[in-house]
Amino acid sequence: MTLSAEHLDFGYRGRSVGSGVSIDIRSGEVLCLLGPNGGGKTTLMKTLLGLLPALAGRVLLDGEDIVHMRRKRLARIVGYVPQAHLAFFPFAVLDIVLMGRSAHIPLFGAPSQADRAVAERALGRLGIAHLKTRVYTEISGGERQLVMIARALAQEPRILIMDEPTASLDFGNQLRVLNQIAALARAGIAVVFSTHDPDHVFLCGDRVALLHDGRMEEIGPPEAIITAASLKRLYGVDVQVVELPDHETRTCVPSVHGLRRRGEGLPAP
Amino acid sequence: MLALALPLLALLLLFLGSLALGKFPVSPHDLLAVLWSKLTGAPSGVSAAVETVVWQIRLPRIAAAVLVGAALAAAGSTYQGLFRNPLVSPDILGVAAGAGLGAVVGIFFSLSAVGVQALAFLGGIGAVLAVYLTGAAMRGRDPILVLVLAGVAMGTLLGAAISLVKVLADPYNQLPAITFWLLGSLTAITLPDLRAVLPAVLIGLVPLYLLRWRMNLMTLGDEEARALGVETRMLRILFIAAATLMTSAAVSVSGIIGWIGLIIPHAARLIAGPEFSRLLPAAMLLGAGYLLAVDTLARTMAEIEVPIGILTAFIGAPFFLWLLATARRGWQ
Repeated sequence: MTLSAEHLDFGYRGRSVGSGVSIDIRSGEVLCLLGPNGGGKTTLMKTLLGLLPALAGRVLLDGEDIVHMRRKRLARIVGYVPQAHLAFFPFAVLDIVLMGRSAHIPLFGAPSQADRAVAERALGRLGIAHLKTRVYTEISGGERQLVMIARALAQEPRILIMDEPTASLDFGNQLRVLNQIAALARAGIAVVFSTHDPDHVFLCGDRVALLHDGRMEEIGPPEAIITAASLKRLYGVDVQVVELPDHETRTCVPSVHGLRRRGEGLPAP
Repeated sequence: MLALALPLLALLLLFLGSLALGKFPVSPHDLLAVLWSKLTGAPSGVSAAVETVVWQIRLPRIAAAVLVGAALAAAGSTYQGLFRNPLVSPDILGVAAGAGLGAVVGIFFSLSAVGVQALAFLGGIGAVLAVYLTGAAMRGRDPILVLVLAGVAMGTLLGAAISLVKVLADPYNQLPAITFWLLGSLTAITLPDLRAVLPAVLIGLVPLYLLRWRMNLMTLGDEEARALGVETRMLRILFIAAATLMTSAAVSVSGIIGWIGLIIPHAARLIAGPEFSRLLPAAMLLGAGYLLAVDTLARTMAEIEVPIGILTAFIGAPFFLWLLATARRGWQ
């Protein structure tokens, strides 16, 4: 299963956000989108999902232009995890996750026992089975984000597009979600996610695309792409990219010069 | 199940109570005798006047209250979910204003009751059609926001037209009828009226029932619902058409009865939750029971009939404020 964009211009009617993006998303791969706020990550994702029409160029799913595909067929292949938000009505968590089954349920139908089982498995997989009878509007923002991911898993997609899935999570849940992403890729699912944290790219990204002012500047393996120079260009801040002693993981350390005042300002002993 | 059993029981009690209460009280014994004779065919042994009051006068009116209340509550639940806004009522897209203008014009030209009803029905549907087409012409923006704002503008425009007709109307013969119609009343309803609007209400109910689970997805918003595989445009048209049909049919016989479509869905959500396949029947039962109670009050509390719109507002507005103040923030 391959989702690809060819010379894609994207944005809203009368307001172009980005242009000239060509990208391939392949099964079993984790592709990260990294870029500053307003760089066009969310808009690009919505265009890849067919939620926004391409202003120019095409989005192809195994060679077929998604413009010609029905939403239901597309939703069985491509799942979407939007940024966590408040629902308008106090649905139970299980009801929310069941909505992920929509593409598998006939137009006039309702979820079956089998659909419920899939939804509960998705909750269990993310370690939030205990939330199933809770009210979606009354759980924490991090829990809501996990519920959104569970809903996308209940969709049983082959390709999963996630908009900042770790943004509102605490440290532990961030790592849990990154672990899930890696596990999904091992199971053969293609995962695209956007993030503001280059460390997350090092932790589980196979490739990373740098998105800046609506243009894709670079794409490739994280080690080759995420450098002090590229981060400086992207974010305008000084960062060191450090290899950990295990020679496997890298991490980004902001240059602390002028940030932390060692010893200064502390009361004298 | 309890969420449906209690409203059903309440509706049943209200039904019996409303048959018995009124200017011509019917004792419980007589009422049971009349009902029993209808079921078994045995002679009831009560006076013909009692039979007439129960079957010819009260029953059509009770049936109308149940039908109109259920229709307005179902339409309100649909619109609130569709527009993701708890402050939405069935007249959000101008149904009430359109139906109002149709009826007022009908009264102005001294049409028959059937003519007034037909114009009200067509006015309601025409207003929503105009709003929908206006919204569809402004593509590329949030379709829901455009619809709501176009609906507000259309409602104001039609309201001005209603005012104009009121100014031109004969203040002695026509104006009272117009005012009474705009405040809602079930006084003049006959069985043939009901037979005329029942099909429209039922036709509107069919898509709501068939698509009751899909409706939940519409509350997620256009983009998310589409990402989950829903053809939102088609469903939105269907839901709007169904709710508009029900509202127009109801309003054409009852006049404008406010507040039911706004507060009943909230009350139903409190007892049955927001999941639409459970919400819809609960809202319809509550709407039917509420309007029946209010109408019974309207015809028994004073020497003259009190317009229903006044009572629903007097009861509905404080209830809404109470909800706002005390209910867990269910809609956020």
